[in-house]
Formats: sequence, C-alpha cells, structure tokens
Amino acid sequence: MEQLAQQLINGLSLGSIYALIALGYTMVYGIIQLINFAHGEIYMVGAYVGYACMTFLGLGFFESLLIAMVACSVLGVVIERVAYKPLRNSTRIAALITAIGVSLLIQYTMMALVGADVRTYPALPDYLSASFNIGGVIISAQSILIIGTSVLLMVALQFIVHRTRLGKAMRAVSMDADAARLMGVNVDTTISFTFMLGSALAGAAGVLVGVYYNSINPLMGVLPGLKAFVAAVFGGIGIIPGALIGGFFIGTAETLVSGYLSSLFKDAVVFAILILVLIFRPAGLLGKNVREKV
Amino acid sequence: MKRTAILLAAGALSLSVFAGCSAKPVANAPEGGESADTIKIGLNYELSGDVATYGQASVAGIELAAKEINDAGGVNGKQIELVKYDNKSDTAEATTLATKLMAQDKVVAVIGPATSGGMKAQIQVAEKNQVPIVSGSSTADDLTVTNGKVNEYVFRTCFNDSFQGTSAANYSSEKLGAKTAVIIKDNSNDYSKGLAASFDAQFKANGGTIVGEEAYAKGERNFNSILTKIKGQSFDVIYLPGYYEEAGPAIKQARELGITAPILGADGYDSPKLAEAAGAGLTDVYFTNHYSSADTDPKVVEFIKTFKDANGEEPSAFNALGYDTMKFVADAVSRASELTGPAVKDAMAATKDFAGVTGTFSVDPETHNPVKSIVFIGYKDGKIAVTEKA
Repeated sequence: MEQLAQQLINGLSLGSIYALIALGYTMVYGIIQLINFAHGEIYMVGAYVGYACMTFLGLGFFESLLIAMVACSVLGVVIERVAYKPLRNSTRIAALITAIGVSLLIQYTMMALVGADVRTYPALPDYLSASFNIGGVIISAQSILIIGTSVLLMVALQFIVHRTRLGKAMRAVSMDADAARLMGVNVDTTISFTFMLGSALAGAAGVLVGVYYNSINPLMGVLPGLKAFVAAVFGGIGIIPGALIGGFFIGTAETLVSGYLSSLFKDAVVFAILILVLIFRPAGLLGKNVREKV
Repeated sequence: MKRTAILLAAGALSLSVFAGCSAKPVANAPEGGESADTIKIGLNYELSGDVATYGQASVAGIELAAKEINDAGGVNGKQIELVKYDNKSDTAEATTLATKLMAQDKVVAVIGPATSGGMKAQIQVAEKNQVPIVSGSSTADDLTVTNGKVNEYVFRTCFNDSFQGTSAANYSSEKLGAKTAVIIKDNSNDYSKGLAASFDAQFKANGGTIVGEEAYAKGERNFNSILTKIKGQSFDVIYLPGYYEEAGPAIKQARELGITAPILGADGYDSPKLAEAAGAGLTDVYFTNHYSSADTDPKVVEFIKTFKDANGEEPSAFNALGYDTMKFVADAVSRASELTGPAVKDAMAATKDFAGVTGTFSVDPETHNPVKSIVFIGYKDGKIAVTEKA
C-alpha cells in the first residue's frame, strides 16, 4: 500500500511533465492540424536555458523558469514563422516532414553549440531539496514543485483559452480558420500565439525535469517528446483536457509498469497503449468521431 | 598493398639518405606510405557523444605520454605520431575508423576506443589487417578471449569485469559485512551485465543472497519506480554497475527516497560528473577502480605532478590508463623485431613486469589480460573518503 502510494506520486510527477509537453502538441494540432515534432526539442532547449540561467547567471529557480519560458516562446514563434508559415497551404505531409527536419536541426545545433556531454544543474537551495516523510511515503519538495508548477500553468492556460480575447480567437481559428478570418480574427497572430503558449509550457517542463533528474543532454527531448505525443493522442489530439488526462495516465502507467513488472517494458507498454487507442478509439479518450465531409 | 607500403617506406628511407647530402632534409615519406622517421599510432576514441568523458580523458593521458616519449628521443630514435579520430561514441563509426586507420593511415597499432562495445567492433578489422588494438579501459571479459580462444590482436591494460565484479562482491561480504544484496543493472550494455553476473556469482559463493535484481536501459533518468519497488525489501547493499550518466541520478533518487544502504559500483563511476549529478546523496558509495590519485608510489606522484602541470587538474583513472597504454604500446614497439603489426603484437603478448602508474603488470599470453591490483574508492558527503588497494 505504502509502495503503491509512493509509486503513484512518482507517476504523477512524471505525468505532469508529459502533460505539460502534450499540451503544446495538442494546441498546435488543434489549430493547424500539424504534429509539431520539434516540440520535444523546445523542451530540451528550455532545460538548457534554465541551466544557463542557474549556472552562469546564478539566478534562482523561479527566475530561471520564467526566462526559459520566455526564451522558448520566442523560439516557438520563430520556428512557426520561418518553417511552418510558408507551408500553410501546402500538403500536410510537407509540413510534417518539415517538423521532423526542424527537430533534427535543433538537436544537432544544440549538440554543436553546447557539446554532447551530459550537464548537471547546480545544487538547489534547501527548501527545494527537502523531503517529507508521510507515513513511510516520501514526498520530495521537487515532486511537489513539479506537480504544483504544472497544475498552476495548466490552470493559467485554461484561463487564457476560455477567458481572454486571444483564447477566444484560438478557439475560433481551431474550429474554422476561414470563418474566423471573415469575422476579423487575425489568424496568423493567433497561430503564433498558440505556438508561443505551447512552447512556454514545454520550456517550463524542461527546467522542471532539469531540476528533478539533474541531468540534461541535447537528445533528452526525443523520447519524452514522443511519449507526450502518445499522451496527446491518448486524450484526443486537439483537446486540451485530453492532453492533461493523457499525460498523467501515461506517466502513471509507465511508473506502475516499471514498479510492478520490469522497467524494461515501460516504453513498450506506452507505445502498446498508443496502438490500442488508435485501434479502438481513433479519436482518443475525449475525442468525438467526426465524419469526414465529402 | 602491404608490400607496396614497405617498398615505399624503403624508398623514402633511401631518399632521405640522399637528401642528407643536400641542404634540405626530406622529412616525410611519399603519400600513402609509412613515414620513414615516425611511428604512426592510431587513436580511435569517443571524443564526443555519450561517453565522451572517457574518450577525452584517455586521450589526454595518451598525449601526455606520447609527448614525454618524443621529448626523450622517441622510440628507437623515431618520433611517435598520433593519428586521432573521433568515433562519436558510436560502435559503427568505430569500425569505420579502425579500417581507415589501418588501411589508409597505415598505423602500427590502434589505441582505443575506451568502451568494450567500441573495442569489440574493431576485432574483425584488426585481425584482417593484422594490426594490434589496445584499450586502456575496456573491461568486458569476452573482449580478449572469445569462445575460449584468445583474440590475437586484442590487448588491454586494465583488469576485466569478472575481476571487478568479484572484488566488489568480496568487499561487500568482508568489509561491509553484507549478507543480502540487490543488483540494479543496465540491461542495454554488456559491461553492466557482465559485472552484475560476476558479482552475483561471487556474492552467492561468499554465502550471501541476492534478494532482488532490477534493470534499466541506457539513457534512463527516472529510477524512482524501481527504487520504490526495492525499498520495500530488506537488503544490506545495492550493486549498481553502470556509467556515471545513469548512476548519478540513480544514487540521488535512492537517497532522496530514504534508501541508506551502501551502493557499490565499478570504474564507470569515475567522473567528476558523478558527484555533480548525485549531489549530497553521494555518501556510502564505493566503486572499484584502476588507480587512485591518493597513491603515494613515487611513480604515481611524479605522474600526477606532470599531468597537473600539463592539464591543470588531477588525473583521473582514465587519464592514468591512457598514459599507461601509450607507454605500453611504445614499450612493445621498442622491443618488436620490425615495425609491422604482427611483430608489435608478438612483443605486446610478451610484455613482462611493465611498470605503469596503474600498477606493475605482465600480459598473460593465454588471455591477453594484464595481471594487476584493484583500488576501492569510497565517497562520504560527495567527497572521496576511502581509498583501499586490494
């Protein structure tokens, strides 16, 4: 029982990271039907920006988190403007291949810039390295930090999407871009704004992971990026609450598999879940099957 | 091809004799041939990628040794010329580079890669081109001996895994008084699996029990779930053979979860990155190593001083092993009957009482393993607190 509780906490910490990344995937897909494979790399860049802030500038955790989020949103918008915008009216496969290209470009640019070596975050202040023992279950301040920051950011996102003009514009564009344009919505700005939000969340996830696992490298975005994509598909791609549920589900599933079966199976299980979802609920957990109009 | 090379070299030699009469000496042999007055040694190392720390550290040691040898007049009057390539920690790349070094650059021996996987990728190439390959840090048992037969062209200057695993098991039973142990291994590499197997066998032979065995894959950063799983069991030590990249976060997370049992590892821990990644959790952590910078042997003290002067930091085991490996190769070349792969290989196999900074050793002609001692290094609060030779 104690062990199960501990595993669930481990799963929630991991799941909130996946959820943060999955949100970016799902928002971008929702608005331009593009699977942005470069998203995992934005998360990696976020981890490096946070590292640079803490190590070279000596900033604290929250300042670094903020700077990483800002840097990543700028990066996200630049990628969108340079790589995806010119392809907006071409085939979806062209945009997808471009996304894979951008992903590799960022990975290897980072490798050339910072080297392939693993880097470690500097030691954390005491209040972040403490841990609490509650009836044998150990909750570290870092898990609380990860889960707390993630939940806070998700609430902020919900607020932006549902309570602000830009959020309304986002929802309008995702429903029908042409109609939104006729209604006077600036579609390009809205799409850039979506990339900005998604990238900021990925950047935050990067810093959180850097603090939690204390080890970052230029290829760290590949697998979490793929798993977050699975999480987004699981919850129903394009649906924001779906990405949350998907993220937490994948994180918990992975933890329980390595805790009760073997850690060597966990990636296999995650991708098996993807296959099952695609077979039985192609639109995802929260998705509705919409019949294609002819 | 080989014959042409020798002919060209001979031609170059006679050319340089004639050149001696004129004002300008001809330094280099014609293209594609062996230089007349240098001995080419190939370096096939991980200068970037996952285990770049090992490759870079080995090369720093090798370059220091080569410089010392050259400053002292070279080997039999010839200077050593290092031909250095980066295999990017990729085994396929290591094979390609081995071929390039042997067939194109015509080296007499190749040093590196640092890891067993990279070394194994070169065996075929070495046998085919008849050029010996030497590693200072590849510890896999089946590297030098495959299916009971020694690989003629493969050498190493470090001990092998079964020796490390066995020593760690003995240390746990005798020094730490452990009766039960948990093994956490990296299932994606031979090094970790080999160590785990030999630890397992020896620990059981000492009367201990292995109460659990967990596995992870390369690149893993999240050990919380397997650690939570073993936390429920009772055990005296954890044997976690692996590389610092994964061991660092694993140790950190184990301590955060309140697991206080001693953790033992192997030479893959030897990197300053281990302490950075594990942070304050690096306490009661021990690992088997080739060398310790706290050694008081005059030879070692001298080496530490020159290394510090040249590189500005204390040498690690990889630096020391690289240094020894270069000296070992030079020693074999100086004793070889001629400057060809097979002759150098025979000289290497016949090495007796070679005095290096990682200990004095002889090469066992049956297994090509050096017979040498092992060092235990223990950490307390992130700092080295124990060094014992066994």
